[in-house]
Amino acid sequence: MTKLLKIIPEKCTGCMQCELACSWVQTGTFQPSRSVIRVNIFDEEASYAPYTCFQCDEAWCMQACPVNAIAIDPDHGAKIVLGEACVGCHLCTIACPFGTVFTLPTMDQHAGKCNLCGGKPACATACPTGAIEWGEAKGTGEWLGAWGEKVERRFEEALAGGTR
Amino acid sequence: MSGWTGKLLRVNLTNGTSRIEDIPERWLRDYIGGRGVADRYLWEELDPKVDPLSPENKLIFATGPLTGTPVSCGARYMVVTKGALTGAITTSNSGGHWGPELKFAGYDLLLLEGRAPRPVYLWIYDDQVELRDARSFWGKTVSATEDGIRSELGIPGTRVACIGPAGENLVRYACIVNDKHRAAGRSGVGAVMGSKNLKAVAVRGTRGVPVADPKGFMEAVWALRKKLAEAPGRKGMTELGTAATIDLTNAFGGCPTRNFETGQFEEAENLNGNSIKDQRMLTNKACFACTIACGRVTRLPGETADKYLVNTHPRNWKTAGEGPEYEAAWALGADCGVGDLDAVIKANWLCNDLGLDPISMGATLAAAMELYERGIIGDSQVELPLKFGSGAALVRMIEATAYREGFGNELAEGSKRMGEKFHHPEIFMGTKGQEFPAYDPRGFQGMGIAYAPCNRGGCHLRAWTPGVESNGTFPPHATEGKAEWVAVEQNKSTAHDATGICLFTGTGSQLADLVPCTAGATGVPFTLEDFVKAGERTWNLERLWNLKAGLTAADDTLPERLLKTPHTSGPAKGVVVRLHEMLPVYYQTRGWDEQGVPTREKLMELGLASV
Repeated sequence: MTKLLKIIPEKCTGCMQCELACSWVQTGTFQPSRSVIRVNIFDEEASYAPYTCFQCDEAWCMQACPVNAIAIDPDHGAKIVLGEACVGCHLCTIACPFGTVFTLPTMDQHAGKCNLCGGKPACATACPTGAIEWGEAKGTGEWLGAWGEKVERRFEEALAGGTR
Repeated sequence: MSGWTGKLLRVNLTNGTSRIEDIPERWLRDYIGGRGVADRYLWEELDPKVDPLSPENKLIFATGPLTGTPVSCGARYMVVTKGALTGAITTSNSGGHWGPELKFAGYDLLLLEGRAPRPVYLWIYDDQVELRDARSFWGKTVSATEDGIRSELGIPGTRVACIGPAGENLVRYACIVNDKHRAAGRSGVGAVMGSKNLKAVAVRGTRGVPVADPKGFMEAVWALRKKLAEAPGRKGMTELGTAATIDLTNAFGGCPTRNFETGQFEEAENLNGNSIKDQRMLTNKACFACTIACGRVTRLPGETADKYLVNTHPRNWKTAGEGPEYEAAWALGADCGVGDLDAVIKANWLCNDLGLDPISMGATLAAAMELYERGIIGDSQVELPLKFGSGAALVRMIEATAYREGFGNELAEGSKRMGEKFHHPEIFMGTKGQEFPAYDPRGFQGMGIAYAPCNRGGCHLRAWTPGVESNGTFPPHATEGKAEWVAVEQNKSTAHDATGICLFTGTGSQLADLVPCTAGATGVPFTLEDFVKAGERTWNLERLWNLKAGLTAADDTLPERLLKTPHTSGPAKGVVVRLHEMLPVYYQTRGWDEQGVPTREKLMELGLASV
């Protein structure tokens, strides 16, 4: 069993507290442009959808990286960007089918993606409406359930020594 | 600098130049930020006697030290200028996401001066500042302008504050709308923007807001958040929005109906929080960093969207939008005698999309309806009967006002000027040219003293008395203690505004809770006393500015209707506003002389003796 971020768009009010918290952890300032969780606002549909990396098992970002700057964190299964190795080529941002790897607006233009805050995601804590839950992957929601199971399977494999 | 950015962006629209300036640190400490600092700039730079719609007027957008931080509801910015409706200094507040974006771009204040030779919009991308051609957006509605500018710029995360056709056409109570549905609504700030040929300000900011004491700051943030999360007042706001207030005002005979003819609206239940929630609400929505989410996203299903038609917009032009909140539901509903929620919702959306303040719009239309019902204006002057209760008139006349079509041209001047033109000035229900919001002072005496001397005319956001007049603190019809309470509350709300935090945090916390947040963010060891003093300083500075603009104690009054004509029924039956009992006490509490002029001692105490 592993833990994942579960996002429930119906509960989101579009307040951006998650973006503030994410940037705070990364930079020590409140800077939503640096956040790797983003809230998309669909005004006409009255829908607000936070989205961030699902930690998907295929991890095309990781496969696309030419300098092996994306790796699996063995402690909690997150795919993390190794800042010192990243050369800012942006291939990962193109490879990700979900658009959840971002170019950070910094001098070196490094890639940025969710690293699950080392196992204590700040966005989930900051959300005032419970739209972002930090919970067990299995059975945490229908749409994420399938992802969760896959992630878990890969995670177990990784733990068994088969790290890609 | 922490909390504050300490920077002002000055843009001269006449010659197209811009400059980044340091804001004097003393001003930030003295006024906390936002409103007060902007007031100080106006005091230093603007002759109070200028025509508000001339190029000489200046328009300031101001954020506070907590705007753009995770302090609950840190979304606010203030528009400060000489109001087109009032001729007084005006401070018009808005939420959404635009204010924080300006902060992320690196500015506490944006100051606009002059007049562009042709329609332009301002594009701010961190340090990059550009005036761009807006001729293709001129004439467009708020939503079309925002969508158009965002797609032209193509930078994700861009936020837009703009005017609609009403601002372009210099409607006296045009507003500035950001994020399509949030408005700096009152006093005609949108007309000032329109007079400058400025269609919009688009901002994208990628920088961070640092705080001086991260640990202390985050502790204060979470203490406030926990308080709010548990507060019943906040829960009510989340569930029912502000519109639940109509139940309270109606119960006390303080819900002005049909241009203040009565204090109770028989169809109030159609417009209350429950009706909106149960019948037309899709979801609630938050501004930036807001942990309340009082915004109502509403939809008119099926044919209800076409029940009342407008001319310019296509049929079924829109089936979803935002609002109404209480003030709009009252002005467009009860004050015009309209109890049809669908008409009110559509009217509210039109106000948002055309860039009109729904309070002054509804109140002005209510005054026109009174003229019509009394036979002062006839059918030959209006395109459709302006009868109280007519949803068709309500919806269509809003559009006519924004484009100044037909009788809309009269409505566009506001009810004071309209009343004077038709030789019936008594129909104007407001102060200093600005229409009252949704509280009848005959039901709540305190609102009388909150309205009369208010720096920006009729306004409920400087001291909101119905809360303390309905919970047993003060009897609603007494006057004792209210002038004193209002003076202190005005100081507090002014400080609250200055921080950049929404006043609705008051549903579950106090100004005192914002003090450690501000101290943590800025590193300045503010106390509650400093805050109240800063509010008082700001209030007095605005007062001095108004006096220089030519306003006098004679402007601190209420319409005859409130002072002499009591309600004939309801809980406020037989009551008139006893302003004469409260105003002298108010002046005295403020340290002003009998003419309402701040005394030398008071100014010295506030450090304003040299201004």
